[in-house]
Amino acid sequence: MGKVVLVTGVARQLGGRFVRRIQRDPDVDRVIGVDAVPPEHHLGGAEFLRADIRHPAIARVLAETGVDTVIHMDINGTPLGKRGGRASVKETNVIGTMQLLGACQKAPKVQRLVIKSSTSVYGSAPRDPAVFTETTTPKSLPSGGFAKDIVEVEGYVRGFARRRPDVAVCVLRFANILGPCADSPLAEYFSLPVLPTVLGYDPRLQFVHEDDALEVLRIAAAAPRRGTLNSGTFNIAGDGVLLLSQTSRRLGRPTLPLFLPTVTWAGTALRSIGITDFSPEQIRLLTHGRVVETTQMRETLGFHPKYTTAETFAEFARSRGPGLLPPESLARTVDRLAGVLPARGGPTQ
Amino acid sequence: MADAKVIPFGEEPRARRKARRAGRTGRDTALAPVPEARTEHPPATPPRPGPRSLDERIAGGLAFLRRRITGDYEVDDFGYDEELTDQVLMSLLRPVYEKYFRVEVKGIENIPASGGALVVSNHSGTLPLDGLMLQVAVHDNHPAQRHLRLLAADLVFVLPVINELARKAGHTLACAEDAQRLLERGEIVGVMPEGFKGIGKPFADRYKLQRFGRGGFVSTALKAGVPIVPCSIVGAEEIYPMVGNAKTLARVLGLPYFPITPTFPWLGPLGAVPLPTKWTIQFGEPIPTDGYPSEAADDPMLMFNLTDQVRETIQHTLYKLLVQRRSVFF
Repeated sequence: MGKVVLVTGVARQLGGRFVRRIQRDPDVDRVIGVDAVPPEHHLGGAEFLRADIRHPAIARVLAETGVDTVIHMDINGTPLGKRGGRASVKETNVIGTMQLLGACQKAPKVQRLVIKSSTSVYGSAPRDPAVFTETTTPKSLPSGGFAKDIVEVEGYVRGFARRRPDVAVCVLRFANILGPCADSPLAEYFSLPVLPTVLGYDPRLQFVHEDDALEVLRIAAAAPRRGTLNSGTFNIAGDGVLLLSQTSRRLGRPTLPLFLPTVTWAGTALRSIGITDFSPEQIRLLTHGRVVETTQMRETLGFHPKYTTAETFAEFARSRGPGLLPPESLARTVDRLAGVLPARGGPTQ
Repeated sequence: MADAKVIPFGEEPRARRKARRAGRTGRDTALAPVPEARTEHPPATPPRPGPRSLDERIAGGLAFLRRRITGDYEVDDFGYDEELTDQVLMSLLRPVYEKYFRVEVKGIENIPASGGALVVSNHSGTLPLDGLMLQVAVHDNHPAQRHLRLLAADLVFVLPVINELARKAGHTLACAEDAQRLLERGEIVGVMPEGFKGIGKPFADRYKLQRFGRGGFVSTALKAGVPIVPCSIVGAEEIYPMVGNAKTLARVLGLPYFPITPTFPWLGPLGAVPLPTKWTIQFGEPIPTDGYPSEAADDPMLMFNLTDQVRETIQHTLYKLLVQRRSVFF
């Protein structure tokens, strides 16, 4: 059976990699990549259609190509490249999703819809349970920014699933995706020479490796394997948890603890001069952290990530090069100290 | 200081009590019967590692330092850092536990050697030192050196520094989701259902248990099928005798209460030093919850009955311990 897959947001690294990956699948006939800007990377022979999902033209694309599987990956927290601000990102996220869903609703051939969502939908607050399941309703809903977009997007997706019960809808809520070529705000943050942190808070973080993200998208895009179900909402995260203090030590980058009001102020200042895109919700994530439960991912979706959170981070740290305080040299210093001290106390071994 | 008004309940004869205190001969027959299965665990103190040589300690300390500065340690989903808790946080609390409050622990055999259990305790003392002491008590006295995972108020996780330390010490937010997750993982979870009503009650109301919330802890224990271990802490009430409550100031600061004690805030930081009372922590006989059907957790009548049973047990044990207590400070 030949499948026609439409992937949105292919101008991003992850979208491009996914198109190249799914192109190699034997039961996929045709892959159509869609984005508002042409990608800088090659798409491995997949067709590229320059179309803006914010415009109704996307409905024509769906109708003409006879797409049966839609992978919506054009949901992002930050603009691609330097152009466009938060407003255009929000428009792509929310209006784009609405248009795309409207188009899918009119396209009778569509059988499967996969949404790349994010665990940002849970927000980050001190009064929430420590671990979020797919059914947890957060105590304080995100008030703005990317998290609000995600909440709205998922709302539209639920509406679509009600109107088109014949379409298998899979919402994948990804934790922070990291990898050698990740271009997320968090990856940018970890590339700073000194990591500003919030004084008195040590958030718990979870990561997903890019390879795992691609693999789970592929599972969601294909027909469900025996004994699994790939429609519904799933949290996707690597096993285990890292504290921000641990990540900075493993990266070898010193931290600079700042008072919470200072961090918020500095974030606004940096954002306005365009050095970094440090949104208030990123600051909330780096204050309170977020951990999700992944039992559904394992048991229902049947996906077992290859990388744990710690391994994902180690891979990422390797790709970024050593920081100011590389853990290896710190360890050597301690070893040298250990070598000197017992000599004074007499032979011990 | 005069003792609280005490209504003795089923007090045992003084001679018998003395005999028990003098020679701890195996089983405590005066207490309620202990389940048969527990008799094989002798209530002996766990083998403490003997004093290590200086070199060993330096080597251990350096290995610890090496792991810490390179970030090579593990935390669980709740942010619990077992290594830091064992090596640093517990060592900081232990002098307070052993030397300052001289905590005496009874009935530690009521905490199972493995599997989950919900320890329900009274709450007092203006600052939640009783929770911390309870954590040390369980860890240091239990033969399996089990770690108590405390459920803390949301205020703890809003405050900077405090939230970080609380998470690393294994505490988490007091909500049904977190409690159930911990219990299903087979942890010992500690909860103080009185909450702020208990810890911030005036000195005149000492050792009077407050309302036990909505009894959510019982349904959580029932859902997880773990026993409830009632626990009574005597001594914590007198560490900060709260004679007044500056309500306006508390509201301005966003706190549930602002204590005024004979020394605080008059003496400044010196007034915040707790009084060196003598503490007793008694764990009661576990109340099994695995015999109920699965829908029992939704039966409010059963919940109220079980909540009352736990509450009465703790209250009676408190009275009993108060009668036995010779002085607040010794």
